[in-house]
Amino acid sequence: MGSLECLNLTKVYDDHRVALDKVTFSVETNGIFGLIGRNGAGKTTLIRILATELAPTSGSASIDGLDVFNQPCQLRERIAIVPQEARAVRWMTPKQTVFSYLLWRGYPYKEAGRVADESLDKLGLTPYRDVLNNRLSGGTKRKVLLATVTASEAPIIFLDEPTVGLDPVSRRELWDILRELAKSRFIFLTTHYLEEAEQLADKIGILKEGQLISVGTLAELRRRVRYQYSIKLLSKTVIPQTDDAEITVSSPGDTQIMTNEAEAFRLARLLSEQGAKFSISPVTLDDIFFRLAGQKAGDEFEA
Amino acid sequence: MKRSRFSQILAGVLVNAIYEMKNYPIVTLSAVISPLSLLAVVAFVSSGDLLGTAIAGGLIMLFFSSGIALQSDLSHLKNDFKLQDMIVSSPASAKMYLAGMSIAELVYSIPGIAILIALAAIYIQPSVLQIAIFGFVLFLMFALSTAIGFMLATFSSDVVQSYAFSRLLSLLFATLPPVYYPITLVPYPFNYLAYLSPTTYAAEIMHWSIGALELSATHLFIDWAVLIGACIIIMFVAIKKSRWRDV
Repeated sequence: MGSLECLNLTKVYDDHRVALDKVTFSVETNGIFGLIGRNGAGKTTLIRILATELAPTSGSASIDGLDVFNQPCQLRERIAIVPQEARAVRWMTPKQTVFSYLLWRGYPYKEAGRVADESLDKLGLTPYRDVLNNRLSGGTKRKVLLATVTASEAPIIFLDEPTVGLDPVSRRELWDILRELAKSRFIFLTTHYLEEAEQLADKIGILKEGQLISVGTLAELRRRVRYQYSIKLLSKTVIPQTDDAEITVSSPGDTQIMTNEAEAFRLARLLSEQGAKFSISPVTLDDIFFRLAGQKAGDEFEA
Repeated sequence: MKRSRFSQILAGVLVNAIYEMKNYPIVTLSAVISPLSLLAVVAFVSSGDLLGTAIAGGLIMLFFSSGIALQSDLSHLKNDFKLQDMIVSSPASAKMYLAGMSIAELVYSIPGIAILIALAAIYIQPSVLQIAIFGFVLFLMFALSTAIGFMLATFSSDVVQSYAFSRLLSLLFATLPPVYYPITLVPYPFNYLAYLSPTTYAAEIMHWSIGALELSATHLFIDWAVLIGACIIIMFVAIKKSRWRDV
């Protein structure tokens, strides 16, 4: 099993802005790794460096033993990327889009045609294969880009905010595709949507102002915050006495109690006895992000 | 997996020329109109006397503009569609990408080139030597403008400005200089200004080769030297300054 490793990866742009500050982490190259963070946290800079598009200022990185900076040609044989804000070229059809990308990767003409058809079929794009990209819906265009990179043999796929701007239904369709894809490839994705990372990623990295402040599975990240359980209830509800909890007004009219498992269930029992309406659950990635990054994710992330 | 370089070049030709021409036939027509319309104007105004020089000028304009168009096309694909980022992170090299895209610009101009060659065959009836001179001069024009186009595309991040810049360069180097008519028709001091453009040297050589312009051996030597020298220098600068991976 291979791994993706970054050691003190730093990027300072010409305007002296520090986009990445000694980012160090290691993850196995299987399943899905989700990188979350606010706008400008450095997600795109990191993914562009790892995808050999951007040179870092200092530090090192390797993927499956290949040095990102000294062995870019060998690495490019094994990677594919859908960049942030990438769009399917509007004067081409989905078939032409996938086919030409495979040709660029050096596939022989006939094989490229066959593989392109297979890839479009896998993503349910066969009915649109000869329709101009500019006539497709936003979700279908995104699928075309996904079909493009997944048609290749690359075992490592970088996706920079793959579902941004999509409606909830299209987003969930893409999630299903990514889950299926992750059975055979490693997917490194950045996302604005904490729910997306929570739903998809086997491991999650939290980037804040160029620094990676935590990496781990959702369960591991939960263990790193003080309280692992959350109770949500209406603000007007009388909250039972508790000494080991953090109470916040999460949104107008709603209150959130963060506490440990035992206290959560004790409070839940008391709330039930007084007939209050509430929900109880393990803390979400949104809660974890707030605790670890010191920011309320809901204020900073797109809905 | 053994990768086909032919496929990698073909991809650029398909994306940057064939697919657009196939899916939007109108673009082919617009690519032909510009050089032919100027040719018609010059031929009509001169009562046909300058038809030969105008045909040569049309070829220069087409080859030069084709190379310069690379700038806006690359910039468009890089900044609007992020296609170049996808290609950088793939086994395709910068050389293969550029080769495909450059050839695509010529393919795009094939209808115009074919018409001009047909006109040249009818009205100039060039000898083998003249064909060789035309071929070499046009090759230099294309190499020079391609190098300029690729270098500028590297630094361009605004598509609107890229297209405007492409049109401006084509106007400054292929329309305003005396390529459709002999430089002897350009009054003082503009004739000296014309020598700031490499297309002027190319046009002088081609006009001389068809007998439309008299040049001394020294003048002809200088024309060749400037044209080849400019081409080498610009290509050298383009190779040194152009970036595949961002910094």
